[in-house]
Amino acid sequence: MSMMIIDILSWLLIIAGSFSMIVGGVGVLRLPDVYTRMHAASITDTLGAGTIIAGLILQAGISLIAAKLLLILIFIFFTSPAASFALAHAALSSGVEPILDSDLRSDEEKEKSP
Amino acid sequence: MGNRFIHSISLGAVLFAVWLVLSGHYTLLITTLGVISCAVVVSIMQRMDLIDQEGHPIHLTWRAFTYIPWLIIEIIKANIDVLKLILAPSLPVTPTLLRVKASQTSDLGQVIYANSITLTPGTISVDVANGEILVHALTRSGAEDLMGGEMDRRVTRMVGEDK
Repeated sequence: MSMMIIDILSWLLIIAGSFSMIVGGVGVLRLPDVYTRMHAASITDTLGAGTIIAGLILQAGISLIAAKLLLILIFIFFTSPAASFALAHAALSSGVEPILDSDLRSDEEKEKSP
Repeated sequence: MGNRFIHSISLGAVLFAVWLVLSGHYTLLITTLGVISCAVVVSIMQRMDLIDQEGHPIHLTWRAFTYIPWLIIEIIKANIDVLKLILAPSLPVTPTLLRVKASQTSDLGQVIYANSITLTPGTISVDVANGEILVHALTRSGAEDLMGGEMDRRVTRMVGEDK
């Protein structure tokens, strides 16, 4: 019985993780520029990877594999912000202008005015 | 000097723990080789003068236990907000660039703060200079939450610079 509860819980976590991975991908396609797309990609790093690995840990039970999975999660949490920062910093210093709220608004106003 | 010794010991212990988890082979020969390789890494790091509070911040361990759960909850909340934004048909994003003040004085504190900002979806730190962090936020409300400064206060408290 308790096995079944753990099984259901782990599959819920894995499905939630897969869903957030897909939404992250959709976000990368829908959002307008590099910086906003990075926000979508950071969903896959945190919620996506976190819930999928948590689900897999429940599947593995208390074992060496679970410890290894936990280690993967810890490394992702330490390295992914460094990689995101490097990417955003490189984009800004090589002159990629972020699209800001004021630009989006003026575009809409331009569309409305004629 | 004694501080450096404690750092070396704890670095060696962490390395060996990681080795134990990743290896899975526990015969005498293999384990001895593992101990030797950890000792070699520690001695190389000592020669390169990389063993200090910045590279291996053991003094933060206990306070991190209160900060990390708070950060995880914030990350989950921010994730749900960004998920809703992406799935909303009108895509109601209001991208904003802002500078937030990092009240931490040490490099380590500022790095932890900038990394926490990046780890939370909806805000990315783009540049760190002169005690200020340039942040790109996906929505104006996310930017305002950050301006409220709760994360800043919590990081400052964790690195023990709140006096």
